[in-house]
Amino acid sequence: MKRLLTLFFCLCTFAGFAAEPTEGGEKEEAFNPGEMILHHIGDSHEWHWFSTDDNHFTSYLPIIAYRPGKGLSVFSSKKLAAEPHPAREESPSRKRAAGGSHSEGPEYDGLMLREGKLMTADGSKVYDLSITKNAVALLGSAVLMLVVFTSVAAGYKKNQGRAPKGIQSFFEPIIIFIRDEIAKKSIGPKYERYMPYLLTVFFFIWFNNLLGLTPGAANLTGNIAVTATLAIITLVITLFSANKNYWAHIFATPGVPKLLLPIMVPVELIGAFLVKPVSLTIRLFANITAGHIVILSFISLIFIFRSPAVAPISLAFGLFINVLELLVAILQAYIFTLLTAMYIGGAVEEHHHDEEHALDMQTGPAGSVIPNPAAH
Amino acid sequence: MDIVTPELGLIFWQLVIFLLVLFLLAKFAWKPILLALRDREDSIDNALRMAEQAKLEMQNLKAGNEKLLADARHERDQMLKEGQNIANQLVEKAKTDATEEANRIAQQARESIQQEKNQALAEVRNTAAQLSVDIAERLLRRELADPAAQQKLVDEYLKDVKLN
Repeated sequence: MKRLLTLFFCLCTFAGFAAEPTEGGEKEEAFNPGEMILHHIGDSHEWHWFSTDDNHFTSYLPIIAYRPGKGLSVFSSKKLAAEPHPAREESPSRKRAAGGSHSEGPEYDGLMLREGKLMTADGSKVYDLSITKNAVALLGSAVLMLVVFTSVAAGYKKNQGRAPKGIQSFFEPIIIFIRDEIAKKSIGPKYERYMPYLLTVFFFIWFNNLLGLTPGAANLTGNIAVTATLAIITLVITLFSANKNYWAHIFATPGVPKLLLPIMVPVELIGAFLVKPVSLTIRLFANITAGHIVILSFISLIFIFRSPAVAPISLAFGLFINVLELLVAILQAYIFTLLTAMYIGGAVEEHHHDEEHALDMQTGPAGSVIPNPAAH
Repeated sequence: MDIVTPELGLIFWQLVIFLLVLFLLAKFAWKPILLALRDREDSIDNALRMAEQAKLEMQNLKAGNEKLLADARHERDQMLKEGQNIANQLVEKAKTDATEEANRIAQQARESIQQEKNQALAEVRNTAAQLSVDIAERLLRRELADPAAQQKLVDEYLKDVKLN
């Protein structure tokens, strides 16, 4: 029954279900909130929606594995699932789905799943390119974004020369905010080239943060692979737009004695190539993951105390954190976009000496001054 | 520690799908949206600028009208003043002309009176001379007849003369 309960948690982000805890808690060994939470914020090869006493409702996703020498193999993850429905009896698949420990799924085509990881039976190298739960969520959000923003764009065609309407007027202030407050102020006159990336990254993070809060959905922006990829794209864009001032700043930092350069150059290099992308990666990943963990922990309290009396308190706190997460969703999207813009701004900056800065601050137009803490 | 280990597969899909979305959105959404926004801002800017210009032109026009009105008023005053002057001059001229004419007529009258007077005097002188000659003739004739009668005649004639 423990597993039943933990499976139940698939619905627990959806607070309404958590209010009716089943009576079965006491029959089993202690409920392990850590495993349950990690399962919920992690990725998996199938999309488990929810379970009843008799059935699991799970979508099995395609496994795509590349093995050097053997080539590509594509098949459904159902073939690797330990035990098909019904799930009444104790089965390894339910164990895995319920928190993922020690499951021994069947082998198929020399491949097997161990603790959610794709492995070869003979221990050779395998590259797992499966369409996992997060990859499906990624595709879904990509389609959603395309639909939403092409219809916004269609609004501009339809209402040409007139006031914006509907979905167009909802997104317009946000787009203008990103353009005026983030891109123009952080990048300066060359901001236009970077607008598509800034807008895409902002809405991608925002949409997926919100989708991640939806019950049963994947935790895409709380996945370090996703945030790391975004950070690396930002790094690549920054490095490819960097002008000679940027490199001069790294390899011959102005105002630094020659003797200190052997220390300064590695520091600047680490700052540019490591610290910035890693901080971007971890900030987004940790914020979103932490939010999910806190909500799930509050819900877990009900099952730790094995008392429905705890439910109202858990729900109240869970709801509070959930609402807070709505704010964090847009805040983190804003921060990621702002920092990206600042890094790019630092790379395309035309002048880089402090006294020039001071002069420009006084004389130049507001837009031409690039506030760039990262460059100093 | 699973959650802090990036998975290759997801990195791959994230890279592919995100870049695809970026490309598609850039082409079919962001470009038209940003262009439309800029167009609209430009048109608003233009409209505001034109309104400002129109206001300025209106002011100029108003100022021009006022100037025109002032000019017209000034001209009217000028014309009135000129008319007055001309009228005054005309009256003055008429007066002097009349005076001159009157003077001329009086002068003429005086001259003609003088002439008549001279004529009359000449006539008197001629008549007196004639008379004198007549008297002398008659005298002479009488002297030939009787001196006493002659004397008497002279006296008579002298008396006649005095009576005349």
